[in-house]
Amino acid sequence: MTETLPGAAIPNPTDEAAITAAVDQAIAAIAGAATLDELKAVRLAHTGEKSPLSLANREIGKLPKDQKAVAGKLMGASRGRVNKALADRTAELEAENDARILLEETVDVTAAPRRRRAGARHPLSTLQDRVADIFVGMGWEIAEGPEVESEWFNFDALNFKPDHPAREMQDTFFVEPPEAHLLMRTHTSPVQVRSMLERELPIYVLCPGKVFRTDELDATHTPVFHQFEGLAIDKKLSMADLRGTLEHFARQMFGDEAQIRLRPNYFPFTEPSAELDIWHPGAKGGPRWIEWGGCGMVNPNVLRAAGIDPEVYSGFAFGMGIERTLMFRNEVGDMRDMIEGDVRFSEHFGMEI
Amino acid sequence: MRIPLSWLREFAEVPAGATAEDVMDQLVKVGFEEEDVHRPTDTLQGPIVVGQVLSLVKEPQTNGKTINWCQVRVVPEGQEQTLTGKGIDPSGVQGIICGAHNFVEGDKVVVTLPGAVLPGDFHISARKTYGHLSAGMIASVRELGIGEDHDGILVLSRIGLDPEIGTDAMELLGLYDQAAEINVTPDRGYAFSIRGVAREYAHATGTVFTDPASRVNAPAALAGGYGVKINDDAPIYGKPGCDRFVARTVRGVDATKPTPPWMTSRLRLAGIRSISLPVDISNYVMLELGQPTHCYDLDKLSGDIVVRRALAGEKITTLDDKERALDAEDLLITDASGPIGIAGVMGGAATEVGDSTSNILVEAAHFDEVSIARSRRRHKLPSEASKRFERGVDWQVAGIAAQRVVDLLVELAGGTADEAGTDVGTAPDSVTIELPAAFAAARIGIDFTDEQIVTSLEDLGASVVKNDGGWSVTAPSWRHDLETKEDLSEEIARLVGYDQIPATLPVAPPGRGLTRVQQQRRRLIQALADAGLTEVLSYPFVSKAANDTFGAAELGAGRTAVKLANPISEEQGFLRTSILPGLIEVAKRNHSRGFRDLALFESGLVFLPAERMGTDSIPPLGVKPSDEVLDGLYDGVPAQPFHLAVVLTGHDSPAAAAHAPRVWDWADALDIARLAGDVLGVEVVVSQGSHQAFHPGRAAQLSLRSGEVVGYAGELHPKLLAASDMPARSVALELNADALFDAAADVIVARHISSFPVATQDVALVVPADVPADEVQAALREGAGELLEDVALFDVYAGKGIEEGKKSLAFGLRFRAADRTLTADEASAAREGAVALAAERFGAVQR
Repeated sequence: MTETLPGAAIPNPTDEAAITAAVDQAIAAIAGAATLDELKAVRLAHTGEKSPLSLANREIGKLPKDQKAVAGKLMGASRGRVNKALADRTAELEAENDARILLEETVDVTAAPRRRRAGARHPLSTLQDRVADIFVGMGWEIAEGPEVESEWFNFDALNFKPDHPAREMQDTFFVEPPEAHLLMRTHTSPVQVRSMLERELPIYVLCPGKVFRTDELDATHTPVFHQFEGLAIDKKLSMADLRGTLEHFARQMFGDEAQIRLRPNYFPFTEPSAELDIWHPGAKGGPRWIEWGGCGMVNPNVLRAAGIDPEVYSGFAFGMGIERTLMFRNEVGDMRDMIEGDVRFSEHFGMEI
Repeated sequence: MRIPLSWLREFAEVPAGATAEDVMDQLVKVGFEEEDVHRPTDTLQGPIVVGQVLSLVKEPQTNGKTINWCQVRVVPEGQEQTLTGKGIDPSGVQGIICGAHNFVEGDKVVVTLPGAVLPGDFHISARKTYGHLSAGMIASVRELGIGEDHDGILVLSRIGLDPEIGTDAMELLGLYDQAAEINVTPDRGYAFSIRGVAREYAHATGTVFTDPASRVNAPAALAGGYGVKINDDAPIYGKPGCDRFVARTVRGVDATKPTPPWMTSRLRLAGIRSISLPVDISNYVMLELGQPTHCYDLDKLSGDIVVRRALAGEKITTLDDKERALDAEDLLITDASGPIGIAGVMGGAATEVGDSTSNILVEAAHFDEVSIARSRRRHKLPSEASKRFERGVDWQVAGIAAQRVVDLLVELAGGTADEAGTDVGTAPDSVTIELPAAFAAARIGIDFTDEQIVTSLEDLGASVVKNDGGWSVTAPSWRHDLETKEDLSEEIARLVGYDQIPATLPVAPPGRGLTRVQQQRRRLIQALADAGLTEVLSYPFVSKAANDTFGAAELGAGRTAVKLANPISEEQGFLRTSILPGLIEVAKRNHSRGFRDLALFESGLVFLPAERMGTDSIPPLGVKPSDEVLDGLYDGVPAQPFHLAVVLTGHDSPAAAAHAPRVWDWADALDIARLAGDVLGVEVVVSQGSHQAFHPGRAAQLSLRSGEVVGYAGELHPKLLAASDMPARSVALELNADALFDAAADVIVARHISSFPVATQDVALVVPADVPADEVQAALREGAGELLEDVALFDVYAGKGIEEGKKSLAFGLRFRAADRTLTADEASAAREGAVALAAERFGAVQR
């Protein structure tokens, strides 16, 4: 391929027509190269040492001095055109080639395997965190305590009289031996008592956790469930403060549309006591009031049990069920789904609720 | 408590068209939650009329039964049948087939005409049967949904009725009435009566209340009646068991007279079955006034009645025909024969009123709440009477209730009341509560006017006297629950309306956010979920065997466990010392539902009993216990560390095209344990372990640098897996997470990052097969000195070329100095030092 083109004479570098013809021939060949390999052959034929243009170029040296400049100029421009055409065509063919390779590497992205398994939180645990975060954001702190508890913290300190029927409203698991006065806490209120005994005043704490009642498991009952209870002890707290706190919390949880309603009720540890309903605009079957929990102003006897002077301090408390909240917020129809541990339940929620 | 509306209307202004739902909507405002509606017309529709059986032809059937072909007049003779419709005979006489045989020609009965609907969605229509067209049905009480008796049809004369033919039987039997069922909280005993609820209805609606007690004309004093002595020598908490006993006598009653339908209807709607006229009257008065009463057959009594505590060994057969051994704390009603009733709980069978009774002694007494509650619990006898006494009955109403029973016995049972009567006892002191003027406003957050305060309290029945700083308030005799100014504030707020309470948001002082441990716990749980594990929950109730097998992660197997006194199932009567038994159950459940590749975790408390459990006694309420007593309470609570457990079975990911999932193995369990340590910044040290729940050769003990054991990880024991139907090679781990939280450094001190080049050298060491790789690595680290930046085990080999009983461990060593580029000689010298120590400790030979 280093031969001159067959039959081609060495063009005269001063012969503009001949040189132009050689250039045109080269450009046509370049344009006609379909692959990078063909282009390589074309390049050698038209710009290689034995190509007409290279040979013509070499002839310049032999020309008389006065023709050298003209011929040099002609040959420079001519070879420039050919080189530019080569460079352009090379770029074109390279781009085509790249595109083809990428095209050939096409995969079916829809058939991608899952190599990593996404884990999941239990939604009760996620919801518990979210509730805690709202209160932490309000400057409250999270308090915790044991699940097997002294009867005093669970009942007596909370103003449950020893023989009062209220004590039986909470079906209690007792621990052997009964004379030891230990039980599984029936609410997280013993943590409130511990908080009042252990913390400096004023107190603003949220007590989330597991609680236990001797209910058989069915669609709406479980012997083990979760609550969060709030307690605020400060000077001059009133039921209006309770309402304001609950309203704020409800809006954080359920949006600005959320409303709450208080209805009179009875709990030994609060006076006045109220049942808390929440207006649920997104409830299944249409907007309605849903019973959410209980609340009230801390009974002075509870403060006294913790050594707090009820004439100086007052407080409010409230408590809601996490399961219940999840049931109406996320439309969980059956309590059993939450406790049986079926992975589909947790995995459906992933890390969110 | 169920409230028949017709009854409520007697004492409160309930609008004529109001439904049970309307009434409940009002009552919920003053604190009575709605429970249910009882309304016969929900399942019962007319036409249901009184008919008279004109003729009755007995027709024996081939199946051995005899049926009656009856002609029943349902429109008075000479009047037109105004009802129309398919099956209604214009003549006013219906032909009806009836299978019952307890009636004769001339009896007046209840006829359900074609078009009527009975409970159970039973539509009455004219239909061909036994060769006749039967156009309607003669109804039994059970078919009407008003009783259980199905032995025959309802013959109206037997319940004392002789209504005109064609009378609306639903009206006659009170079936248009309805009851609202509300929940009464335990503090409000007074609301277990129509009297109490009518008063509350008036509060809720701002309407007028008529006290049923005011309609009874009871004598101001009684004397000369049956002998009664109150002789309580062992009051509970110093409170006498009985502080009032009214006894009245009615003679010459006919106890077999039927109870009038208006009374049975109300009792039925209130949920009480009709028994006999005297008993029904007693129940009726209890429902109306809230005072339980008891009727004795006077002729079966002997000697004075004495109210006293039980004596050792005493027994009684109660009205339910059960013999009960009495406890010395039981308060009894006795006569010369011995116990004739457990006071306030249940009467005795021996003095029961029966058909032959003609003289009745009526008891209306007032008993101590605690005493009644204890007897009720002791004998497991929840009765309508005990329910009321436990929650507190109005001391004042006993005489009125007795009078009301007497009046009804005279009116309905034909008796004559003795003038003489008995009323013994002492009224409890009334309590006066000081209510400072601004107190309620401060507690509730509403600026109550003086008028609101006074009116609310007076509406309750309290007497209110203005004084210098506010009011002196004496609660009414039926409100034992009102003891403090806080109680009064609630009443004022309740009557003014909780919906009036404004909302203000109190600002908490700046807080500290989540505690360190709370953050650690969250991070740990999130890290495991992020690592692909699924969080689940299980119950903490386990069997003794499960606890024995798994023990406690930090303490090993064979621990004692906390036992429940009243577990839901005896089989699972213990509290977990390990989370794994529960988690394995969850894994099995998922398996049975078709999920075989699982990575589960659960975190939570386990229960480790201490030597000393609980306290012998507990301090009283309303007083702060001494520090010593409090310490005793704290110390008596068993340790409950926060644990983390993991179970892995099957594969690490779902099988897919171009992806081969990996089978979880023992190393994954260790890996997750170390990951748990990593996210908390705590090194989890692994050593060969031994735990009966794990494969003897594939169990790792997990501990802290300090040597403290914190858990186990590895492959579960093959026998355990087989016994619990789990896949072979399932792995697990359990950690005392609290111990990890504790071990985390408070402050992590930064390390200098050297930018000088690294020098890497590999070393392969042959050691005895039983030498743990981890220990060889530790020796290398120690021997190499401070130039060693990192060391990693990258190959373990045994087999060809390695002596039997030995293995080759290949480590990559990475050296770097903080202040210079290391020379090859320096790196080699450090490596030699590392190898030398490994050789010294384990006889390691370089390969």
